[in-house]
Amino acid sequence: MTATTTPNPSGPLSIGDLAGDPRRQRAERVVRTVLVAAATTSVVISIAIIYTLFRDAFGFLGQIQLNSLTDDVWLPRQGRFGVMAPLIGTMWVTVVAVLVAGPVGLGAAIYLSEYAKPRVRRIVKPVVEVLASIPSVVVGYFAIRWISPEITQRLFDGSPAKNLLVAGLGVGLLTIPLMTSVSEDALRAVPNSLREASYGLGARKVTTVVRVVVPAAISGLVAGLILSISRAIGETMVVFLAAGGKGSLPGGPLDSGTTITAAMASVAKGTDQVKGVGPTFESIFFLGLVLFMLTFSLNLIADRFVRRVRQTY
Amino acid sequence: MAATAPHITTEMVQARLKGQKADVSGAIFKYLLWACLGVVLISLIALIYSVSGEGLEKLNARGLLNFMNAPFSIRPERTGVYQGIVGTVTSAVIVALVAFPLGVCAAIYLEEYASDNWFTRLVDVVTRNLAGVPAVVYGLLGLAIFVRGPLEGLTGGRSVLSAGLTLAVLALPIVIITSAEAIRAVPQSLREGGYGVGATRWEVTRTLVLPNALPAILTGTILALARALGEAAPLLLVGAKDSVFSGGDWGDLRGDFTALPSIITDWSTRPAENWNASTQAAILVTLAIVLGMNTVGILLRNRFDKKK
Amino acid sequence: MTTSEPTIVQRPVVAEQSAATTMNPSVVYETNDLAVFYGAFKAVRDVNINIHQHEITAFIGPSGCGKTTVLRCFNRMNDLIDIARVEGKLLYHGIDLYDRAVNPVEVRRRVGMVFQKPNPFPKSIYENIAYGPRLAGLAKKGSALDEIVEHSLRQAALWDEVKDRLNDSALGLSGGQQQRLCIGRALAVNPEVVLMDEPCSALDPIATGRIEDLMEEIKKRYTIIIVTHNMQQAARVSDRCAFFTTEVNEVSDTRTGMLVEYDTTDKMFSNPSDERTENYVTGRFG
Repeated sequence: MTATTTPNPSGPLSIGDLAGDPRRQRAERVVRTVLVAAATTSVVISIAIIYTLFRDAFGFLGQIQLNSLTDDVWLPRQGRFGVMAPLIGTMWVTVVAVLVAGPVGLGAAIYLSEYAKPRVRRIVKPVVEVLASIPSVVVGYFAIRWISPEITQRLFDGSPAKNLLVAGLGVGLLTIPLMTSVSEDALRAVPNSLREASYGLGARKVTTVVRVVVPAAISGLVAGLILSISRAIGETMVVFLAAGGKGSLPGGPLDSGTTITAAMASVAKGTDQVKGVGPTFESIFFLGLVLFMLTFSLNLIADRFVRRVRQTY
Repeated sequence: MAATAPHITTEMVQARLKGQKADVSGAIFKYLLWACLGVVLISLIALIYSVSGEGLEKLNARGLLNFMNAPFSIRPERTGVYQGIVGTVTSAVIVALVAFPLGVCAAIYLEEYASDNWFTRLVDVVTRNLAGVPAVVYGLLGLAIFVRGPLEGLTGGRSVLSAGLTLAVLALPIVIITSAEAIRAVPQSLREGGYGVGATRWEVTRTLVLPNALPAILTGTILALARALGEAAPLLLVGAKDSVFSGGDWGDLRGDFTALPSIITDWSTRPAENWNASTQAAILVTLAIVLGMNTVGILLRNRFDKKK
Repeated sequence: MTTSEPTIVQRPVVAEQSAATTMNPSVVYETNDLAVFYGAFKAVRDVNINIHQHEITAFIGPSGCGKTTVLRCFNRMNDLIDIARVEGKLLYHGIDLYDRAVNPVEVRRRVGMVFQKPNPFPKSIYENIAYGPRLAGLAKKGSALDEIVEHSLRQAALWDEVKDRLNDSALGLSGGQQQRLCIGRALAVNPEVVLMDEPCSALDPIATGRIEDLMEEIKKRYTIIIVTHNMQQAARVSDRCAFFTTEVNEVSDTRTGMLVEYDTTDKMFSNPSDERTENYVTGRFG
């Protein structure tokens, strides 16, 4: 075995002496194959998602009358597949959610990154992390049992107990931690030299933060916003519990309504046979495809912004 | 005539330095930020309050173990989360067994073995995008492949096995990303020491890199697991039961099943007077598990961050 | 000892000579127009050096001129950098080190390395030394391994200080001790060559002195190549010196390192041939 002989060559060295231990090399090759296979799983899963969604969504479209998609109402059990209703519902929920999560998340992030003393950070960060780990069903319960009676019912007397506003507030709450953490990363990535330059010119803290730090971090902040929008669009359980489930086109956020995700959940839950076939059930895949395309595009765009941050610093 | 320099006295300079105008806008801004934090804090408090009131009462009255041991019942005073716990814990085991090895191996490949080529970049982009796919879409995938697709025979259709596998697929991208970060954080000098004495890539990875990255990898996996266990949407699509059914016992991998998030979903929609307390009790049990796991993960991370 | 034979120094470096070097065991490395690229950037060019057995060869020169880059070619450590690429020839006992049949793992067992900042493994002192021999199959455990550990620590002049605490963590040692441990770790796999990349730059003068004494001792058994910023150190310990400098490329605004002069240490410091060498060793620049 070449490995055990003294390498101080007594005779002339040949290239075979430098070839190494075949057993160790074989182990290397095996390991590498296993690892490559593991890495390929991500790609396989993505392909599976895309293939399944497209196949079954188009299967659905083939089974229905296409003009039913322009119907006013989404009532799959009656064969009415007006997709505008869930889309508008999703829009309202997302608008409300982002109006909550955007400012609050950004504000919390600015505070944590620029103002907070270590002691305060040690309290606030775990609070945000706890909020992030609460399952969405629990937030859904919170929405119908607390947000609705204590907030929206008090503010908007006479509106339905479950509506898009309640759902939106719940989704907003859920999205705050995401906005906070991405924004905080973006703000912390701004080099200190910029802040020091600003202070050195005699600027106050608020001026430095608002006019130097935040603009410098803008790519990351926009990425955070886009990711939050994507998250809000994809949220299912809060909306399912709190939005009211009405299939008609909502006039405004105070109406009950449904979203893409809630509609999917309804169909899945409602049918006793999840194995069911038929357009009522297959509509799930159509909605799923729409949802996937929306969130996928948003995530890609957000990714671009994150890349820009990395390039700058 | 040349302008003379203004006569500057010590008093003038002192007055300038000390007598600053009150920083009104600065203060307002700071209070706005505090308000944001306040919203977060108050929401969390309100949330915890809203799920504890009757829930703790109910648990006290019935006893926690009793509640955890009773299966679904039509009668709210007799219902329990036993089947849910079985489903959740079993899913957790499946997720850990599937997502952890696959995820860590993929991360090792990406960080230690892969060169910068199209394949590596593809895997990187794809993994990051998968992490942002909504949970309900994973549910659809599970439905299409595990429940009624090619793998139906293996999993038994609507079963905890299907649910576990679906959640594992959901958790996988997160495990990959956090493990890759953990491995990237290992100092290069450690690797060079190993390569320098003639160790192969796998030997360096196995004996030096992985032990160093392990705490962070574990933390990431625990957090991913806690997240997966809280998701109700995939369970809904995979066919978790939401009413009384027989089964849902330990070891029943291929039959009817349910899990804690599904229980919460269903009980939330039942008449409040009778079911509210039970719903809250179920939420408390779930929170204990999920938040407990998160705490363990975070404590682990803090402990090893300090060591470094 | 070959240093007393000037004819070897003057031998012109031409490719066909590689046949001659395999028959001359005293030349361990021979390079022909060696150049290293990081992507499109040429980091160092036209390096022609013969490294002689049982000598200490020093690479000197200002920072950024490719000394470490060239050093890391000698044990294929540059392979770890994705975009690194080598052109020209690097022969180890007449064999092209970058030949496809050559396994870098095997190369690194024969050519050890000590780094600028001591990097002991987060293990016990014993385990640090035992790591390499175990993997290389020299000994698995028991008295055979114990012997290797003791022998390596003795060679590294560390045995007396640690023999009673071999199971203590290596991270508890002082900087100088850690570096000697790293030297011992490199020696444990019985290499032929030891590469040292500024091994004393992170150490105090006393620790530095001990390591320089160590180098003098072990060169009887090994061949040492050391990169150093410290001219006085090079003058003290080395038998031969290679002086590198950088050349600014006006067009691309990059700096490429190059070998200026390579000769015995005595000649380099007393009567160098190149003016740049003279400027450097007399402290006029760099």
